[in-house]
Amino acid sequence: MLIPCPHCGPRDEVEFTYRGDATVMRPGPEDGIEAWDDYLHVRRNPRGWTVEWWLHSAGCRAVLKVRRHTVSNAIDGVALAGQPLEADPV
Amino acid sequence: MTQRHRLATGGHVDRARRLAFRFDGKSFEGHPGDTLASALLANGVRLVGRSFKYHRPRGIFSAGIEEPNALVELREGARREPNTRATVAELFDGLSATSQHRIGSLTFDWMSVNGLLAPWIGAGFYYKTFMWPAAFWERVYEPLIRRAAGLGRASGEPDPDHYGTMHAHCDVLVVGSGAAGLAAARAAGTSGARVILAEQDFLLGGDLLAEPGQEAWRAGMIAALAAMPDLRVLPRTTVFGFYDHGVLGAAERIADHLPEPPPHTPRQRFWTIRAKEVVLATGAHERLIAFPGNDRPGVMLAGAARTYARRHGVRAGETAALFATHDGAYDSVFALAEAGIRISAIVDPRTDSPAMQKARAAGFDVRAGSVVSGTAGRNALHTIEIRAADGRGRGSPCPADLLMISGGWNPAVHLASMSGAKLAWDEGLQAFLPGESAQRERSAGACRGVHGIGPAAADGAAAGRAAAKAAGFAPAAEFALPDAQAADHRPLPLYEVKGSKAFVDIQDDVTADDIRLAHREGFTHVEHAKRYTTHSMGTDQGKTGGIVGAAVLAEARGERLEQVGLPRFRPYAAPLTWGTMAGDAVGAHFQPTRRTALHAVHEAAGAVWMDAGIWKRPGWYPKDGDADLWASIKREARAVRERVGICDVSTLGKITVEGPDAATFLDRVYANTFSTLPIGRARYGLMLREDGLVFDDGTTSRVGPDRFFVTTTTAQAGPVMQHLEFHLATAWRELDVSLASVTDQWAAVAIAGPRARDVVGAIVEDLDVSNEAFPFMAVGECRVAGIPARLFRISFSGELAYEIAMPAGYAARVWQAAMAAGAPHGIEPYGLEALGLLRIEKGHVAGPELNGQTTAQDLGLGRMMKKKGAFIGRAMAQRPGLVDPARPRLVGLRSVDPARQFRPGAHLIARDRASGSDGRLSQGWVTSVTQSVVQPTGWIGLAMLREGEARIGTTMLAANPLMGEETEVRIVSPHMYDPENLRVRS
Repeated sequence: MLIPCPHCGPRDEVEFTYRGDATVMRPGPEDGIEAWDDYLHVRRNPRGWTVEWWLHSAGCRAVLKVRRHTVSNAIDGVALAGQPLEADPV
Repeated sequence: MTQRHRLATGGHVDRARRLAFRFDGKSFEGHPGDTLASALLANGVRLVGRSFKYHRPRGIFSAGIEEPNALVELREGARREPNTRATVAELFDGLSATSQHRIGSLTFDWMSVNGLLAPWIGAGFYYKTFMWPAAFWERVYEPLIRRAAGLGRASGEPDPDHYGTMHAHCDVLVVGSGAAGLAAARAAGTSGARVILAEQDFLLGGDLLAEPGQEAWRAGMIAALAAMPDLRVLPRTTVFGFYDHGVLGAAERIADHLPEPPPHTPRQRFWTIRAKEVVLATGAHERLIAFPGNDRPGVMLAGAARTYARRHGVRAGETAALFATHDGAYDSVFALAEAGIRISAIVDPRTDSPAMQKARAAGFDVRAGSVVSGTAGRNALHTIEIRAADGRGRGSPCPADLLMISGGWNPAVHLASMSGAKLAWDEGLQAFLPGESAQRERSAGACRGVHGIGPAAADGAAAGRAAAKAAGFAPAAEFALPDAQAADHRPLPLYEVKGSKAFVDIQDDVTADDIRLAHREGFTHVEHAKRYTTHSMGTDQGKTGGIVGAAVLAEARGERLEQVGLPRFRPYAAPLTWGTMAGDAVGAHFQPTRRTALHAVHEAAGAVWMDAGIWKRPGWYPKDGDADLWASIKREARAVRERVGICDVSTLGKITVEGPDAATFLDRVYANTFSTLPIGRARYGLMLREDGLVFDDGTTSRVGPDRFFVTTTTAQAGPVMQHLEFHLATAWRELDVSLASVTDQWAAVAIAGPRARDVVGAIVEDLDVSNEAFPFMAVGECRVAGIPARLFRISFSGELAYEIAMPAGYAARVWQAAMAAGAPHGIEPYGLEALGLLRIEKGHVAGPELNGQTTAQDLGLGRMMKKKGAFIGRAMAQRPGLVDPARPRLVGLRSVDPARQFRPGAHLIARDRASGSDGRLSQGWVTSVTQSVVQPTGWIGLAMLREGEARIGTTMLAANPLMGEETEVRIVSPHMYDPENLRVRS
C-alpha cells in the first residue's frame, strides 16, 4: 500500500503505524464505562470505505486520517488529524 | 550412460557439452539446456517418486511449475533442498537429487500397501481416525503420519548461502516471456518506458521454445529487447504475488543452476517491484482429465510431451497415445511423430473436428467418441484401455508407454486474481478468465484465453502499447508479428471418466470419489471441499486439476461449474523458499542493533552483553576470581548496597514535553498529578492505557515552568511516544504542547550506593549536592567534568542514588570521571542483572510485572491514581473485573530453604494442593527471581498472587511442572529491603 502523506508524498505502508478506527469518538471523562467500552472494544467491520488513523512513524510523525477501502485497499483521501477529509478528486 | 531417448538433433540443448548428474545414487548424463526432468527422460527414467498418501508410483507429468509428481530433494548436505520440482530444476554438472515419499526403494515402497487400504483411507481419513485417545496424538499418530506422508527432508543444517533483496520501480512490468510477453515488452519498450520483463524460465520464449518455425522471430525479439536501454530482462524470476497499489513480489534464482553460488553472490533474490502498469502474460497450464489410473508413470500432459520433444530433444516414450478433448492438443501428436515416436491411438470423445480429420488424413488411428477408461503397467504404463465415451460396450486395450492427455487449458490467472480482478467464466474455453481490472493491470495471451503463437503475440503487442500509453508514453515503431494460425482450444467439457482411482489432484492423492465423499459429508463449498480432501493444497496448488475437482463437485451439487467456482488464488503463485523471504535478515542481521553511547566503555570493561529489545546492555562485568555469573552479579550488587556502583541507564526512553499546556497534558496522560510538581523536582509517574491497565512507568521532572523531561521504560519508549503524539493530535488538539524524543541525544548513568554523594560531589560543578540543598527527587542543571549535564536524585536500587544525564557524545568522559572519583570509594560498574537484583529486593516493578495485564492496584500503586481530574484509563480502571479485590496482587517471595531456587513463570499453589476460592489450583505466578545480597540472603522473588496481601506470612509452593520443580516459598511484603525508604533520603 502507498499512503499519500500530506507532508512527505506517497510512502510505503511500512513507514506507518496503524492507530485504529478514526470514525469512533473518544468519550468524555464522565461518560461512563459503557461508552468507554464501546469506544475501545466495539468496532464496525465494514466491507467498504472506512476512515482510519495512521501515524507516519518512520517519516514526519504526523497522525493522518486515511480513507481506505477494506476490500481493495484503495485510498481516496488523506488529511492531517484535525483537518477535514476531502475525497481525492481523481 | 547413454541418453537412449535423446533425439539426434533439434531443441534448445547443447549436445556438444555433457553434464554428469546423480539421481537416487545412479549416475547419468544430460546437456546444458536440460531440466532435471528432461535429462531423466532422456535416460529413460520414468519412475521419479511415490505419491503422498497411497505411495503409488509416479512419473514426470508436466514440463513446468505445475508438476505434481517429480518432487525431489536437490543437492546434499547443508544445501539439500526438499520438494524441488525436477521439471524446473536446471541441470548442472554434479547435480545430485533424491526421490521423495518412499520407504524402501523407489521401485518397491513398503507404504504402497496404503493403496490396498485405499477404500478405507479416503478424504477425511486422518481427521476421523487419529482422534482418540488424545494422548496418542503427540507420541503415536503425529510421528506416524509425518513419517508416512514425509514431504522432502530439509537439511537440518544452517543454510550456507545468502539471499538478497531488491526494490525496483518501473513504468511497465511484463510477467512472462512467451509470444505475448515478448511482444508486450517490446511494444512498451519502444515508447521509452522503463520496462521490466520477468520470466521464470532460464530461457525466454515460453511455448515458442517448442516452435522451431518461430525461432527466428523469438531470436529477433530477444535481440531487440537487449538493445533497449531502459528495458531490464529478469530470467529465472518468478513473480509470485500481486499486492495492493501496484506492488508485486518476485523471486530471482540467481545461482540455483550452479553447484554453489559464486563468491559474493546470493543464491536467490527477493524483488519488490512497484509498477505503474502491469502486463500479465503468464500463459496457461494444461488441464488433466480424471480417469481411472490417470496417475500412472507414462501419463503426461500433451503439451509437456511436445515440449520435451521439441525443446529438449527428448522422446518421453516409445509408443504414445493421445487422449484429448480439443484440437489444441493435436500438435503434440505431430511433434512426437516427427521425433520418431510411434502413435498408437488418438482418443477423443468428440465425434469430429478439423484436427481429427487432419490426423486421420495423416494416417493416425483416431478413435472418435472414445475415452481412456484405464491404464495398466506396474511401475510404468504399457497399456491403456479405450472404450466408448457413452460407456457402452467393453474397453479394448491399446499399447502405449506414453499417454498424452489434455482436457483443455487453465489460464494462469493467479496474479490477475490476486490483484483483485474478478474472474469471468468462458463457456467455450471452459475456463475462468480475468475479468475487469481492479488495479492497473491487463492480461494478454493464453492467460486470458488467447491461444496460439500468432494471436497471443498480437494480443501481447496491443497490451504492451496500451500499458505504455497508460503509463504516459507514446509507443513508436511497429514490429513484425508471427503469422501463425491457432488451433481451436475450446474443449468438449469432459472432466472425468468415472471409475476408481480417477485422480483430480495427483500430488495430494485426491480422487474424484474423494470430492463426492466430501460433498456427501457436507463439505459442499469449493473452499470446504478443498480443505477436507486437501485438493489443490500441494506445491502445484491445483494448477492442472483444480478445475477438474470443481467440476466433479459441480456435478455432485447439480450445478454449473461457473456457480461452484475455484478456491481463491492467494500468494504464492509458485513455491518460494524461506531463504528468499528472509533475505539477509538472518542471524545477527535479523534486526538492527542499538548500542548506547557507552558501548565501547562497557566492552573495555569486559561486559557480558544481554539483549534488551534491540539494545545491547551490559549484563554483568566478570572479574578474575568470580566463580560464576552469580558471583559477578552479587559482587556488583553488594558494591551498590555497601559502597557505590555505576550503571548505564541510557536505554530508558526520554521525551521532552514543552509548551504552555505541558503540565495539563501530563496530568491527562499520567494517573498521578504533575501540574503541582515544582520546578527542579522529579516525580515517579504511572501511565495507564485507555482500558485502565498499566501501560508504563518512569520518572518525570520539571525543568522549567513549561518544560518537562519524561522518562519511560526501555521497552515502551517507542509506544509511549506514539501514545502521547496520538492523543495530542486527535483528542486534545486544543493543547499547545510539543513533544520530542531525545532518547538518543541524552546518555544517562546512575550512581548509587551509600557513598554516591561523595562521588557525585567530586565531579559535579555549579550545584550543591548536599542532602539539604539537593534532597531526594531533586533535579538540577550542572556541569560534570566540564560537560553541561542534568542531575537527578532518583533511585531504582533503593540506595542513595543520582542519575546524570549528559549529551551522548560526552558520556564516556563523564563515566570515566565518575570511575576516577569513585576509585577511592571502591566504585564498581554494575549491569542489568545486578540492576534487576537490586530492584527486586526493593520491590520495584519492571517489565515482568508491567505485563499489560496488571492494574495499578494489582501492583500496590492504587493510591497513585488521582481522585480528581480526568486521565487516560480512569474510566475503564473502574470496571468491576479490574477492581475485584481477589485479583492477583504484587507480593514478595522468599525461598523457605534459602538455597533452593525457584523460577519466574512458576505457579503458586497451596502446600496441601487445595484449590483456592476460585476453584483453581494455581493461585498466582512468579514474575521475577533473584538472590538477595542483604540479610537474610537466599533466593527471593516477586509474584502476582490472588488475595496476596492476606496470604503474607503463609507458605506456598512455587511449582514449575515443566522443570519438575516445586519449591516452598514464604509470602512476604514486596518491600523486602528498607521498607521505610530511609536510605534513598539519607
